[in-house]
Order: sequence, then structure tokens, then C-alpha cells
Amino acid sequence: MTASQDLIVIGAGPAGSSAALTAARHGLSVALIDDAMAVGGQVYRAPANGLDVPPSKRDADFHTGEDLRHALGQSNVDWKPGRMVWSVASGYTVSAVGPAGVEDYEAPRLIAATGAHERVVPFPGWTLPGVIGLAAATILLKSQGMIPGRRVVVAGCGPLLIAVTAKIVAAGGQVAAIVNLDGPSDWLRALPRMARRPRLLMRGAGWVLDIARARIPIYFRHSITEAQGSECIETIAIGPVDRWGAPTGSSSHLLDADMLVVGHGLVPGAEIPRLLGAKMVYESDRGGWIPAVDDVGRTSVMGLFAAGDGAGIRGAEPAALLGTLAGLAAARDAGRLGQGAYEKSTAAMRTQLASYQPFTNAVGDMMALRTRQVAAIGPSTVVCRCEDITRAGIDAAARDGALDVNQLKHFTRCGMGPCQGRMCGDVAGELLAQALGVPRAAVGYWTGRPPLRPIPLEDLIGTFTYGDLPIPKPAPL
Amino acid sequence: MPKVGAVRIAGFERGAPVTISVDGQIVKAQTGEMLAASLLAVGIYRLRSSPTAGTSRGAFCLMGVCQECLVRIDSQLRQACLTTVRDGLVVTLASHDRVTG
Repeated sequence: MTASQDLIVIGAGPAGSSAALTAARHGLSVALIDDAMAVGGQVYRAPANGLDVPPSKRDADFHTGEDLRHALGQSNVDWKPGRMVWSVASGYTVSAVGPAGVEDYEAPRLIAATGAHERVVPFPGWTLPGVIGLAAATILLKSQGMIPGRRVVVAGCGPLLIAVTAKIVAAGGQVAAIVNLDGPSDWLRALPRMARRPRLLMRGAGWVLDIARARIPIYFRHSITEAQGSECIETIAIGPVDRWGAPTGSSSHLLDADMLVVGHGLVPGAEIPRLLGAKMVYESDRGGWIPAVDDVGRTSVMGLFAAGDGAGIRGAEPAALLGTLAGLAAARDAGRLGQGAYEKSTAAMRTQLASYQPFTNAVGDMMALRTRQVAAIGPSTVVCRCEDITRAGIDAAARDGALDVNQLKHFTRCGMGPCQGRMCGDVAGELLAQALGVPRAAVGYWTGRPPLRPIPLEDLIGTFTYGDLPIPKPAPL
Repeated sequence: MPKVGAVRIAGFERGAPVTISVDGQIVKAQTGEMLAASLLAVGIYRLRSSPTAGTSRGAFCLMGVCQECLVRIDSQLRQACLTTVRDGLVVTLASHDRVTG
């Protein structure tokens, strides 16, 4: 099945759904595709089917998500849930697998709003069952109405650390400890810039108060030295670190837990721009490799836009504004929006966006990859989870002459497994750059290739029997 | 009740209670839940072994990215975090699969 549209938007988080709504409002036919069953992305993720959140537990994100889903329902956007996009060809043809089987979508322009995924800087035991990401914990809380564990340790850096802890406490759960790479002085340094968005800061302050009231021990300037357990997590060893995340001594405390929730920032999911050969730039305070875009999200490839966290980590509210800008630009390109109206609408968006800049930069600094934390990864620690490639394996490849991450992949299989390098890529690139003593950008990024996600071959070819195989007539003797 | 695992927050209206089969064991869950979450709620953490070193693995990102929560449903590999629970779901843990090695 092939469907033709004026615009295809991939990803229905704040950026993608805002882009689709804006373009549809200006008369474009828009297909909005996502692998989830409901609009919202991860930040405004909808409650699971059948789960009804009681009014007392509905927070700001819940209401924003509901408003977004309502607006989409009222719009002309062709909403395509439950579709796994596995390939995108220039021009553009988007190939997806969904409930109805294989589908192709065609449009002259495409907005990639594919969001971000978690970065976890490896430590011994991070592959144990019972270690999950900070964003993963928010998904359990928001969409499943579940507290991640009976006795949870929350670790890592950035505002998600506080948000997850506060949500667990509010739900009546037990947080055994917070293990924060940052110290109080680092938070204080970020505060003036965060205060530029008073509403967001106040929400954060409320969380901090809830945590203080619950008397949860906070280990500032500490990190996980090892997660231990036979089949799953049982004990967590932690130790002090310096302000750059490098350990300054051996383990100082042992914590018992049945769940470790850990995250060290977010990595942009920029696979589609990479696949289509868009120019990429490395910006550590935006999460790493991102497509080079202009102020409305145009990439270097004609007709391809990138918006939201997939084009650089900025958070949900700026993502929605950037999505709107890309939607306006797509409408302008399609000839549905006059120059005057376009300039007026985009100017308003740009002003709003600028007001987020100091907040976004403060959060970006906290969530950026800490190079000295990476430098301290032990030789026997697994970096690539899929292929069990250790730091020593990466260092050996550097000695053997691997000059960029694609050679590293060829030498070691690092990044070649089913996650396609999404979980290890940022850290593996940093380790290789450090081993070679070159700037991070010099070791490059994984080449984008289809399939963008692993999909069962049966889903692509459908079911058939021998009788369905075309057998050519034998040539006459 | 398991001693470890995710806890359903009280006060939420949920999908109908159902049973699913996990490696032949009958497990309680609620319709519409994410399979990976239902398994965490009954203390089933370990879903598979890593293909090369054979170490224990379980759900990690819960958003369809990391591929650590692969299980078999109707003999096909599926991500438990992208699978919705329905009554009578038959799940086989991929613990013994060896893809490469």
C-alpha cells in the first residue's frame, strides 16, 4: 500500500505532533507516523490502554499530553500509530511495518522528529536485570501506573533524577537513595539560568521539597562503582567523584536495592538524517551528533527537516516550538502560506524559543557526556551491551589502527548488534577519540543504514507457501 | 507476592485482570499493560542471555530502543516493551537463544 501526502512527520512527541498540527492547519495533507499507539512521545506518554489515572495523580505532563491527543483527534492529520519505520528513501518514501502489514508513504517533504534515547555511561554490572534508565522509570510511572521497584536507587545526573525520585515518593514508593554526579554547588551554578523559566523552576523546587520531606539520603558528587547480584540487581556500590565525574577513591557505601534507575543525559535519535546523508555536527551540550539545521529545522538535504530532541536536546517545550517552526516552513515550501504570514508566525515562535535558551543551556550542561567519567571506565566493563564488547576491546581496536567509529565497528562488532549502536555509540566514540588522542568529531558517527530498527523478516514478506513461489517455465530442450 | 519488582500504584483503574503464560508458568497481569512492565511487577527480571558472553539481561530502556527485552511470542522474537498484554498470551523467554557466539 502506498499513500501520497504533502508532508510526512515521523515521531509523535511534542515536536512531531506540533509540526503535523501546524502543517495540517495550513491545508497540507499530513501523515504522522509513530511506533507507539498514542500521541505524546516519551515525555507526554499516554497511559496504557485501560489504565485510568485518578484526578489526584494527573500532573502537568499528563494534561499537556491529553490536550495534544485531543487536538490531533480534532485535526485532519492522518495519524498512523503502531508503525515501525524501517527505511526512508530520498524523495521521500517512508517504509513502515504496522498492524496492517507493510506500508509505504510518499511525500516531497519529511520532518524527522524522532526524539532522544537514554545515555548510560557504563559501569560494572550495568547489564544486570533490574538496572533501568531514568526515562524508562518515567515510562513505568506515567504509562503503566507502576513504581519501578520496592526499594529503588536513583542515580546519574540532570533534572530527570529529581523528577523520577519525586514521582516515586508521590506514588508512595521507597527511594533508598539518590546518587548524584553533581554537587550542591553545581546545582546552584545552574540555578540563575533555570530561574529564567520560573514555572519549570518552581516545579523542580516542589520536587526538591518533596524529596527533603521524605528524608531520602542524597549522595552528592557520587557515582555507581558497581551493580552486584547473581541473576539481577541486589547491591549497589557507590563512591565519590570529582566535579567532572571521575572517581576520587574506592567505593564508600553499599546500598541494597531491587531496582537501580540510572541515566547520564540523553542522546539525540538522528538516524534518519544520517541515513539520508544530511550534514551532521557534533555538539556535546546538545547531546552529541545532530543534523546541522537552520532556525526552522531545514537540514542540508532538500525537503528534509529535523525538529525536537532528535535535532539536539532542548526539552519538551522548546521541542514543540521547533516542531511548529518546521511545520510552518513545510507549509511555506508547499505554497500554502504567504511570505508575510510565514514571517509573522515564525517571529513569534523565535521570540518564545529565545526565552528558553538560558534554561536549556543550563540543563544541556548537566546532561552532556562527561569525558572524564568515560575515561574512568574499567577495561573489563562492557560498553556495547548487544555484542559484549568491553572497553579493553575498544582500546585494542584503537591500537590496531581503527581511526573512526565505523572501523571500530568492523574491527570489533561494537555497535553492530540489534540496538544498532544506539546504546553504546556516544560512549564508544568518546573512548576511541580518547584512545587516539583526537577531537571527538574526528572519529565520526555510525553510518546510517536500513533497516532503521530490526524487524522480523516474516513481517516484511508476509506468509506464503511453496505454491505462491513463481516458478519459471523450463526452457525447451 | 514477590519480594522484588515493580509495584502497581493504588487508586488507578486498570485493565481487566488476566493470566498469561511465561515459560509455562501462569502469571497474573492486566489487559493493556506493557508486557515488560507486567513481568517486572511479578519479579521476572531476567528475560534472556546476551548472545556472546551469556550474561543475564532484562528490560532496560522500555521505549523500544535497546532490544534487551526480546522474548518469543508465538515463536517470534518481539520486544516485551512494545507488546501489549492480552488474555492467554503465551510468552517464551529467550534465555536459551544463542544468536551468535
